[in-house]
Amino acid sequence: MTNLKYRLLLIVGLVVASVWALWPRTVVERVKRDGVFVYDTIHRVPLKKGLDLVGGMYLALEVDESKGAVANKEDALDRALKVVRTRIDEFGVSEPVVQKVGNDRIIVELPGIDDPERAEQVVQKSAFLQFMITDESNALERSLPRLDQIAKDAGGPSKAVTTSGDTAKRTEVGLSKLLAPDTGAKAAKPDSAKADSAAPLIPPTGGTISSLLQRGDMPGEFYISQENASKAEYYFSLPQIQAALPPGKAIKWGADTIAIGGRVYRTIYVLDAREILNGEWIQDAKPNNTPIDGTVVEFQLSNEGGRRFRVETAKHIQDYMAIVLDDRVMGRPPVIQSAIGTRGQITLGRRDLQVAQDLALVLRAGALPVPLKIAEVRNIGASLGEDSIRRGTNAMVFAVLAVIVIMIGYYRFSGMLAVGALMLFVLYTLAVLAGFGAVLTLPGLAGLVLSVGMAVDANVLIFERIREELDRGKTVRTSIEEGFQHALTAIVDTSLTTILTAAVLYQYGTGAVKGFAVTLIAGISASLFAAVFVTRTFYLVWLTRTRGAQTLSI
Amino acid sequence: MFRILHDTKFDFIKWWRHAAVLTIVFILIGLSSFIFKGGVNYSIEFTGGTLVQVKFTQPPDPAELRAVIGEAEITQFGDATEYTLRLQGTQEIAQQASAAEGVAKDVEAKLRAKYGDGFTIVRTEAVGPKVGAELARGAVIAMLLASLVTLVYLAIRFEWRFGLSAVLSTAHDVLITLAFIKLFHIEVSLTVVAAILTLLGYSGNDTIIIFDRVRENLKKSRKEPLYDTLNRSINETLPRSVLTHVTTLAATLTLLIFAGSVLRPFSLVMAFGIFVATFSSIYVASPILLYIERKFPRKDLAGRGPHVSASTARAESQVEQPTRPIRGSKAPVGR
Repeated sequence: MTNLKYRLLLIVGLVVASVWALWPRTVVERVKRDGVFVYDTIHRVPLKKGLDLVGGMYLALEVDESKGAVANKEDALDRALKVVRTRIDEFGVSEPVVQKVGNDRIIVELPGIDDPERAEQVVQKSAFLQFMITDESNALERSLPRLDQIAKDAGGPSKAVTTSGDTAKRTEVGLSKLLAPDTGAKAAKPDSAKADSAAPLIPPTGGTISSLLQRGDMPGEFYISQENASKAEYYFSLPQIQAALPPGKAIKWGADTIAIGGRVYRTIYVLDAREILNGEWIQDAKPNNTPIDGTVVEFQLSNEGGRRFRVETAKHIQDYMAIVLDDRVMGRPPVIQSAIGTRGQITLGRRDLQVAQDLALVLRAGALPVPLKIAEVRNIGASLGEDSIRRGTNAMVFAVLAVIVIMIGYYRFSGMLAVGALMLFVLYTLAVLAGFGAVLTLPGLAGLVLSVGMAVDANVLIFERIREELDRGKTVRTSIEEGFQHALTAIVDTSLTTILTAAVLYQYGTGAVKGFAVTLIAGISASLFAAVFVTRTFYLVWLTRTRGAQTLSI
Repeated sequence: MFRILHDTKFDFIKWWRHAAVLTIVFILIGLSSFIFKGGVNYSIEFTGGTLVQVKFTQPPDPAELRAVIGEAEITQFGDATEYTLRLQGTQEIAQQASAAEGVAKDVEAKLRAKYGDGFTIVRTEAVGPKVGAELARGAVIAMLLASLVTLVYLAIRFEWRFGLSAVLSTAHDVLITLAFIKLFHIEVSLTVVAAILTLLGYSGNDTIIIFDRVRENLKKSRKEPLYDTLNRSINETLPRSVLTHVTTLAATLTLLIFAGSVLRPFSLVMAFGIFVATFSSIYVASPILLYIERKFPRKDLAGRGPHVSASTARAESQVEQPTRPIRGSKAPVGR
């Protein structure tokens, strides 16, 4: 009797614990309201839903080594992870996931995002900021004759090659090298692509470099008309040209185009290769809209950064300073009037405030130590997720109903006990999932539905055993006792093998499959307990109440 | 009480040759399909590539859609306005090595140019080739490891004969399910792999339950030939097998009906696998156990297993003459 009391106490205790684990609670989290994310308290059931159920974006990032090998990749990835995490935290998503998987991959999950392109930008942008002084020694002009000669030599042989496939490939490589994935490149891309298709994939050979360039308004600045931009990009990407560029100087493209007299020009800048400062020292950055410069990002340097900046700019008064972001000169280099301290701004011109917001965000979070490429991306629309939840819930309800009908139809009273145990099984499983913070995915839901069908297996085994014992003419009480006893080995063996399989799945699966494995393990453990312990207790209660019944409805 | 298949005395093992022919033919058809028509239809998760699911406001003309997208596999998904576009060509996959999202953006641009705002992109998946290869390796490792773990567990809990029979029958289930996947052109995605792995466990379960009974019956009646013991055990566990399959199948069918297109391959594979698991635990695991017993009769007559070895020779002769009725039929009252 006391034994029975403890059994009931344990079951009730577990029910209470399960209900508590699943009770809707108030949590503070980021939610989306009128298109912006705000912190808010909301009331919800503490079951986490996977991306495939709520909709959102999944990204797998790897170190991009296409532009040169990266030394000490693992360390670089760890630092990149920190930067990406900071950026995502500021980006504003409810419950984002940023984690390292294996040694070479960062996984980012952004539930509820509806502008995937912007998210990709924020994650991937290198945000490497440099301040550099434009060249005042006419370095490029002086080396132009040599460059022209090299360009002529390089252009000549490639023209002679009749099968232009090889050179075409080289052109493409050159272009993509120069076109870093930022907004400036995007503006130029369609045009250069057009130029490519117009000139049928043969590298430009007509002119030499100097004929493409026009001197700009300030030292080190050159204009290249839009139609010649792809030619120039090709030449500057040639290794022999790069080797012959004036030493100690760097050539960078401007991010914007400018219009002069109805013609559109791109700009290139010849800069002193030594930067006077980089983005490391940025302490804060915020977007702004100014009447004169348009959209800007105002930044503030740390005290130490400000001190260095003051010293450096003091040496360069009346010089022009280019602000280089990810290898592109932002805006037109301003002239340094007097030593600059801790404050500055990056001019973005006509772009909208959103771009400034994102730039400010990535500047605050810091530059990515290595370029990252996207190895995998998934976008799931929110409507699809809702649909999946509805369908999954429907399937669950009907599966439970079907099993109830079958069990009660076949086993009558005992079937009802099994159904009671099944209900507890569902409750326990969900509670275990909530308790371990497991993520419910669509395959997970499928696993849950499947386990409803399998959960009664243990009950069926037990009931069939009890029937056999009854057939042998044993009393109801003994039959129940022995039925449970004899069925136990088979139940334990089957449960354990399935759990072992699920554990392997968990170890080697990814994302959704992991979710499936977790629900499977939770389901099997719960069904083991429900069938073996709960059903037996129900029988014991029944036996006590009926004071040793002579017949059993089974 | 209401009972089905109670106290049956079917001679299941008798039919093992027919069953073997049936299953071998099915597997051979599947395998030859593999050889002559190429491998299974892998999802982009494994091959790398891009999948775009699009919902149009107006049902588009499929031919027109094909003309817009070019080299892609276009499938209707659910109703007439929803399509999935799969781009798995070597060129696209190569393009995704440097940036996985490129192809998806191209597709969107092409659609935008043709249909304007007449569509929404419900889902995109873009996987670079490296990720896909890693996943495929993971799946194979998972499958082999799961088999090994089951083998070891059963060898410890039962005996190596039982373990080996169970694992071989499970391997048979996986093979025949693969043949099914191939013949019915089911796309092998991660969830389908999960279904196959679940079947691995499930098929093992069925075999274990029969073997558990065999083990018990062997202890009880030591003189009975293994052939009869197997038949008796299968008959005794028959109600359980049927009922459990009915409930599991009911759950799988609700998934098939209600859970929609995303889970359809998973549900189909599960439903097929459940049938196969029952079949194989009777017609694959048991004959293999008989065969092993015949080839490697137990030597430790006096030890833990005198019950079978004494009758091994007879078991063999019974396999040779399968028409013979069951002796030692089931007597419910203890002997």
